[in-house]
Amino acid sequence: MTSSAGTAVMPLRVDAAHKKYGDVQALAGASLEVQPGKLIGLLGPNGAGKTTLIRAIAGRVLLDSGTIELFGRTLTARDPRPEIGVVPQELAVYDKLTARENLEVFGRLYGVTGPTLRERVERALEWSDLKERAGDMVKKYSGGMKRRLNIACSLIHAPTLVLLDEPTVGVDPQSRERIYEMLASLQSTGVSVVLTTHHLEEAEQRCERIVIIDRGRIVASGTLAELVRSALGKSRVAEITLDSVWPESAPLPADSRLDGDRRTLHAEVDDLTLRMPVVFQDIARAGRQAVNVKMSGATLHEVFIALTGRELRE
Amino acid sequence: MIGTLLRIGVINVKRDRVVLALTFLLPVMFFSIFASVFGNQRDTTSAINIGVADLDQSTYSKKMVAALKAEGGLKVRTTENADGTGDPLDRAKAEAIVKNGRVPVAIVLPKGFGEGGRFFSRDENAPKIQVLVDVSDPIASQMVQGLLQKVSFTAAPGMMANEGLGMLEKYSGPLTPEQRASMDRWTKLLDQDSTTSQTVSNFGPALEVVNVLQPGYGNVGIISFYAAGIGVMFLLFSASGAGGAMLDEEESGTLGRLIGSRAGMTGVLIGKWLFIALLGVLQLTVMFVWGMLVFKLPLMNHLPGFFVMSIVTAAAASAFGMLLATMCRSRAQLSGISTIVILAMSAVGGSMFPRFLMTETMQNMGLVTFNAWALDGYIKVFWRNAALWELWPQVAVLVALCATFLLVARVFARRWEAL
Repeated sequence: MTSSAGTAVMPLRVDAAHKKYGDVQALAGASLEVQPGKLIGLLGPNGAGKTTLIRAIAGRVLLDSGTIELFGRTLTARDPRPEIGVVPQELAVYDKLTARENLEVFGRLYGVTGPTLRERVERALEWSDLKERAGDMVKKYSGGMKRRLNIACSLIHAPTLVLLDEPTVGVDPQSRERIYEMLASLQSTGVSVVLTTHHLEEAEQRCERIVIIDRGRIVASGTLAELVRSALGKSRVAEITLDSVWPESAPLPADSRLDGDRRTLHAEVDDLTLRMPVVFQDIARAGRQAVNVKMSGATLHEVFIALTGRELRE
Repeated sequence: MIGTLLRIGVINVKRDRVVLALTFLLPVMFFSIFASVFGNQRDTTSAINIGVADLDQSTYSKKMVAALKAEGGLKVRTTENADGTGDPLDRAKAEAIVKNGRVPVAIVLPKGFGEGGRFFSRDENAPKIQVLVDVSDPIASQMVQGLLQKVSFTAAPGMMANEGLGMLEKYSGPLTPEQRASMDRWTKLLDQDSTTSQTVSNFGPALEVVNVLQPGYGNVGIISFYAAGIGVMFLLFSASGAGGAMLDEEESGTLGRLIGSRAGMTGVLIGKWLFIALLGVLQLTVMFVWGMLVFKLPLMNHLPGFFVMSIVTAAAASAFGMLLATMCRSRAQLSGISTIVILAMSAVGGSMFPRFLMTETMQNMGLVTFNAWALDGYIKVFWRNAALWELWPQVAVLVALCATFLLVARVFARRWEAL
């Protein structure tokens, strides 16, 4: 979709969204932008506000304040949102209906009829790899099949912005792989996708942009490299194995810490050429030798913990 | 749109054998049990309103009317209205007050009745007392017949003794003057204490019981009562159960999808209400057809009235089910609340025990329930052969209840929309 000026219209823009349930501030000024054809991972601890934000965008939660723009149109509370497809966390399909029947009824309810519906149902069955079992009752399906059908039912009306709440929860790696292939094929047709997940590795590998939400506000947003830079400041960690335990009296090199056995040193390094010689000199000064060095980049996991803390959320 | 929602409902019910069995078999089983157990039940509860048309106006008939009035178990009227106003009752007026349900029984003491043999020798050609009965209240009819026999003896014991002596003189020769004088003194004493309770004998005036509502039918009144009573109660249970599917759908997430669709919350409610109502009409039809086949219920003679009542009853029951479902937060909550509310409504509203056997206060209390109006409608159709237009009060109340339930359910359903 493009504007009259020929520039691509932003599929979604949420600005300063606030929502309070009783004493709980579910959203405290969350802002979010979704570019056309992008796959965005929305991450956050339990209760951070992910589902509330998704539901607000889908029109299922009324914001106390803030605005939501959908393809350049500012939405009021009850505005229809035909461009959006919502894939809920629950398996929102009828288990006594077959996959085909589910796709048909939800298609009709979302305004798809006639030959278009028939064609879309066939395409959805193929796309979700359910064609062979299309006539079976859903209650006989595996968890992965139900998840795929759950997604397919949300897309039967061909939305251009898809919101998925934990689409891969409780499924095996094969089904998870298939679901991400489905999302990638969607993305390739220009559809924008926002998904929430607790699988940080998946988000790291699959999402082009990552948004981290905590306590109702967006605490970081960008590519993984951008997040690492902004959250950790250092992009790499050198893991150095020593010949013997680090002496109590010797000072540690800057920006480094020891493991519990005091024989492994982790040093944060932003510039290898300048920083590593200094670290090796400090080791030699402590009367120790480095016997092995392993370099690693910071992971999303580290970024996530750095931004949201280690405190358990209920 | 609505068609799609109906399709979802039909497929779900068709594929759940337990729901199918609960919807159709269980009510039929309960109905059979109730009809068999209570079909012949008698009870002696509150005073029975009766009308008496004394066409004879003889000494004996007047004494009988007075004795009937003195019976604690009866409230006797001899005029059109209970308060003594209106025209005195004649045969036609007595039948009219039974037909319109103002009294369950009316007694007609025919002209010449006081003259005929009454106690020991029944003259088959003598005019008979007519007991005009409303079969919808078989207990009242039985009680009145029993009391009538009693008062026919106790009303005028002197007359009974005289008739006995007449019989004695006829077959054994006349009494001596001394015997005659002694009997005169004794019969005067008998008449001074005319309400003394005595054993009811099988002798007595000839009675003719007339079913003024359904000439030619036996005990079908009580059978059709239980068909309606049990039918309406189970209709409420199945409506609240089916309405509860919304709570399951809330949990599974399909409700969210439906609300997010073009149907919206109002469309979803209407679609589900319509499905449950149609299922209810089918359920009632199965019940009454079973009653017709097994208990000889005259369904075919009352089809239009049956369908009018079944449609409005099922529509209101469905709306009530939607209301309960939208009020409750979980299936467990719904199950508990609906069981209590429905059983209470059914008890007070007459589904379990006929309202006409309850006290007047209870009968009036029953009118706040949905069941009472539905049952009154069915009674009008099956017992009073009421014309369709005569069902208007019941239809109006049920339609109003249906609309009210749906509106309140819509308000409660807002919790499922954007919060």
